[in-house]
Amino acid sequence: MFDLSGKSALVTGASGGIGGAIAKALHGAGATVGLSGTREAPLQELAAELGERAHVLPCNLSDLDAVEALPKQAAEAMGAVDILVNNAGITRDNLFMRMSDDEWNSVLSVNLTSSMKLCKGVMRGMMKARWGRIVNISSIVGATGNPGQANYAASKAGMIGMGKSLAYEVASRGITVNAIAPGFIATAMTDKLTDDQKEKINVQIPAARMGTPEEIAAAVLYLSSPEAGYVTGATLHVNGGMAMI
Amino acid sequence: MSDVADRVKKIVVEHLGVEEGKVVEGASFIDDLGADSLDTVELVMAFEEEFGIEIPDDAAENIQTFGDAVKFINDAKEA
Repeated sequence: MFDLSGKSALVTGASGGIGGAIAKALHGAGATVGLSGTREAPLQELAAELGERAHVLPCNLSDLDAVEALPKQAAEAMGAVDILVNNAGITRDNLFMRMSDDEWNSVLSVNLTSSMKLCKGVMRGMMKARWGRIVNISSIVGATGNPGQANYAASKAGMIGMGKSLAYEVASRGITVNAIAPGFIATAMTDKLTDDQKEKINVQIPAARMGTPEEIAAAVLYLSSPEAGYVTGATLHVNGGMAMI
Repeated sequence: MSDVADRVKKIVVEHLGVEEGKVVEGASFIDDLGADSLDTVELVMAFEEEFGIEIPDDAAENIQTFGDAVKFINDAKEA
């Protein structure tokens, strides 16, 4: 339905479940994809699976110098970065009263500061091209909060506020900046939950199940498409009805 | 008029869609030539490419007028 032929997309966290599905969806629509992540092996595997139009761009997002270099590397590999998907994220959960500065700072740095730096790094090319799509993968907890996740929730709410501000600034240049706020999606991150925890979660979801990475990827594909050109500063909640906001 | 000034003027005229006659020494991009703040960022980007120089952010903030731009670029090229 959506055609991204001739477009190049940089996806962070492409070694993870959601990131991998996003890369596949964009690639399937014809885009050239830059697969970024900390672990190179799963990126190589994904690139091999995708075949042509896939570039492996390893980057440790906790190293801000490496983050700064990534947009340039991506543009060199693919010719341009027309679409940026800030998907990578980490959690370091703890009760607020026990949360260390290190737990706070590392999550804010990887999830929010690196997203800011990547947006900045791709903006010049997008402004010149008068076309660009930025999709920030936020989280339902950025809107609702979650006990034990003050750092993660702050970083994910921060992505939304940052994205809206940037959306204002560059809308007249044909660049859109949107966020997707997934609810509970079945990935390695949620696999860590106990069955009991999962049961409690499913009860809270009107759809009575966790979402799939492909359901997030479909939302990214829409927001990356030419057809979504009039959608900017939006937060698309993909959460099975868990929070209707 | 110097070659640099001509090339800067051409960029300004094209980017902001203003008449050439309005692009004078003291003309402020924002107050006189109708640029918004993002236009000034784009102008600096265009100058960097045209002249193969780098204009750091703190210097870019001081380039408010056509004359400022010409002077900065002349200085940068001599350095």
